[in-house]
Amino acid sequence: MSDLLAARSQMAVSLGFHILFAVVGIGMPVLMVVAEQRYRRTGDRLCLDLAKRWAKGTAILFAVGAVSGTVLSFELGLLWPGFMELAGPVIGMPFSLEGFAFFTEAIFLGVYLYGWERISARAHLFAGVMVAVSGAASGIFVVIANAWMNAPTGFDLVEGRLANVDPIAGLLNPMALQQTLHMTLAAYAATGFAVAGIHAFLLLFDRQNAFHRRALSIALLVGAPAAVLQPLSGDLSARAVAEYQPAKLAALESHFETGTRVPLVIGGWPDMEARETRYALKIPGGLSFLAFHDIDAEVTGLDQFPREDWPNVRIVHTAFQLMVGLGTFMALIAVWAGVLALRRRDLCSNVWLLRALSLAAPMGFLAIEAGWTVTEVGRQPWILYGVLRTAEAVTPMPGLIVPFLGFTALYCLLGVIVAWLLYRQIIRSPRPTEWSRVYAPAEVLRA
Amino acid sequence: MPEVTLAGVLAGVLALSLNAYVLFGGADFGGGVWDLLASGPRRGRQREVISHAIGPIWEANHVWLILAIVLAFTCFPPVFARLGTVLHIPLTLMLVGIVLRGSAFTFRTYDDERDSVQRRWGRIFAGASLVTPVLLGVCIGAVAAGRVGPLRAHTTFTESFVDPWLTSFSLAVGLLTLALFAHLAAVFLTLETHDPDLVEDFRARALWSGLAVFVTAFGALLLAPRHAPLMGAGLLGSRWSLPFHVATGAAAVAVLAALWGRRYHLARMAVGAQVSLIVWGWALAQYPLLVPPDLSVDGAAAPSVTLRLVLVILGLGVVVLVPSLVYLFRVFKAGPSDSVRRLPKGGINS
Ligand code: HDD
Ligand code: HEM
Repeated sequence: MSDLLAARSQMAVSLGFHILFAVVGIGMPVLMVVAEQRYRRTGDRLCLDLAKRWAKGTAILFAVGAVSGTVLSFELGLLWPGFMELAGPVIGMPFSLEGFAFFTEAIFLGVYLYGWERISARAHLFAGVMVAVSGAASGIFVVIANAWMNAPTGFDLVEGRLANVDPIAGLLNPMALQQTLHMTLAAYAATGFAVAGIHAFLLLFDRQNAFHRRALSIALLVGAPAAVLQPLSGDLSARAVAEYQPAKLAALESHFETGTRVPLVIGGWPDMEARETRYALKIPGGLSFLAFHDIDAEVTGLDQFPREDWPNVRIVHTAFQLMVGLGTFMALIAVWAGVLALRRRDLCSNVWLLRALSLAAPMGFLAIEAGWTVTEVGRQPWILYGVLRTAEAVTPMPGLIVPFLGFTALYCLLGVIVAWLLYRQIIRSPRPTEWSRVYAPAEVLRA
Repeated sequence: MPEVTLAGVLAGVLALSLNAYVLFGGADFGGGVWDLLASGPRRGRQREVISHAIGPIWEANHVWLILAIVLAFTCFPPVFARLGTVLHIPLTLMLVGIVLRGSAFTFRTYDDERDSVQRRWGRIFAGASLVTPVLLGVCIGAVAAGRVGPLRAHTTFTESFVDPWLTSFSLAVGLLTLALFAHLAAVFLTLETHDPDLVEDFRARALWSGLAVFVTAFGALLLAPRHAPLMGAGLLGSRWSLPFHVATGAAAVAVLAALWGRRYHLARMAVGAQVSLIVWGWALAQYPLLVPPDLSVDGAAAPSVTLRLVLVILGLGVVVLVPSLVYLFRVFKAGPSDSVRRLPKGGINS
């Protein structure tokens, strides 16, 4: 394994790990605020229980998010000193804003966790809202940094250095809006579906459990609308990619020859030698339509780029298909649940819906990992699209396979521990001492 | 007095956030050291006090480190790139320490079933607390010694990536950092419990670790002229150095005297002053260099638009954070201490 590959892999593993906790840090506070709001409105103690448990889970995951985020901030310098030296003055701006968002989040999470009996109901709910808002803000700021790597703006390149730097223009880069919207929705969809899925699964065995019923309905309330909007927002992203990162679009669609009325390639396996996609379903004019909303539009193919500037088409295309497939499935379930809810049916007694939701529990997170693979691998060989190559940015330090393997092992260990801890503390139904509230009387159940 | 530049102001903020990290984060690390060294009949209760004092939300203290990193790569990008390259090995090891320590502590706190698993978290937490400060000190020592220069061509791996930091001076600074953090924590801990026996335990620890600070500081100072000539010159030769040394020494003696006389609030203030003076002594001795021998505050600074915007962001941040922190204070300082105990320390202790 070359040092460059080791560095890229280490970055990928670290980000892939951090994003899981970051997403929870964005999504869970919304769930807990909704639960608390229900409790305040209806006096339903089960919702209070839920809010408290979710807050505790958020606290555990927040800590892991914090340590893995710290690792990332160091890694930017440990692995990519060439990139940071060049880009620091622009990319530092969103990161500084993000720093304050974390701080606010940490403070209000403290108030929320330990303030139940100390502050007024409204003040407590407000603290929860602040956690949710600052969590979303931290995500938005980092993703702006990433969007800038995809569509760099706000500087002139003079002799290999950035000149006439305008960090504000960098913040307002042309990918920023699409990516932040798509990511924020992704966080709500993924968390909502994960929580809904877990409780749906448990409901399959314990149909009347009021605790799981409440949890399911709140999680769907947050996750389902986001899942329905996600394909629309993905379409916005794809069109921006078509305009600003044509090589990435060509790779994610496995589109080799430039042409008009280009078909949409669904599935299949790119054959790099023959420059075509085998075993794929092709919809005539589909790609032209999706990318430019005109079935006759010309779409740039990979043939317009030198071979060494292609990203890895197989990985990018497969990851993209995976994301879109999962997204479509989630959106369909969300619509189904929405229709049932509008008709005032009891979602929790529909076995097929519960099964589908259980199946969908990990899908949001998988789609997020796949989506980031599309974004990051699809940008290769550039670290800063069109400006700086990843190979020029990597540290001269040899032997990078050692930290790569070390951190990978560390993250595996942490992942196992966190999963086990969450099970022990959060997911498991309340203990017998709390049962009187769990098996609440029937009229409360209908609420 | 040299003219104060925009870059100089931001370098000052950088030193300030390091100062805050050393004070709050340092005390947390020191707490881990005393967890490891808990002994005697009250060892279990010592550990409890430590764990309540650190609080499960140590992240608030931790944010100072993040702030320092972000300021470094935004305002002084070459500095960040240089440190990440030359100090790759100790920084990576330090990161492992930070990860293990933070997560083990959280797991121990939230995993409230008291069993052998919990004790294992405790051991990992404590071990990582011991090693991480040493590595932090080693990195600081390497910078102070002026050994973190540009990479040269035709050097071996060891010459480029090991020799800069594996020196007796760096190790001495590493030990000094450890002793300082432990001392800081022990002094703070005397105020975290009402049990007179426990207070005595922590007082004894504070006195012993104070002695260790003297010994290690003296060792580092002895090695400085040979290994860190620049530092030596800055610390010993310039106009401000004598009053500065007198002040630092006075603070150190004041801590010990206050501990001796059981005036713990005084001791806490004095130890805070002592640690801050050490950080600023280091910063001033290097000024105007950030990473000797070649990266200076003005030379390594980002374009002035960036610097100005960072100042604006810092200002906005203060506008949001100060009221939030004050609120946190007001909510939690007023009540009985057993429900306050789990709060972020940076928030209520400063
Ligand atoms: C719950 C997660 C999720 C779901 C259901 C979807 N996506 Fe997505 N997608 C992401 C989560 C995600 C992501 C992980 O959040 C990415 C990575 C970078 C980004 O901004 O969002 C992403 C990136 C991303 C990109 C690349 C943006 C870039 O490289 O700058 C495109 C073109 C799409 N998505 C398109 C879609 C489409 C057409 C979907 C239709 C169903 C879809 N996504 C569902
Ligand atoms: C290079 C990329 C990244 C870096 C350097 C980074 C850095 C960090 C750091 C240092 C923290 C800890 C702050 C603390 O001490 O509380 C953190 C937490 C967080 N990060 Fe990241 N991050 C990156 C990528 C992302 C991405 C892609 C997202 C989201 C979309 C994200 C969202 C968050 C959130 C929401 C938190 C709050 C903590 C939590 O809820 O777990 N980060 N990040």
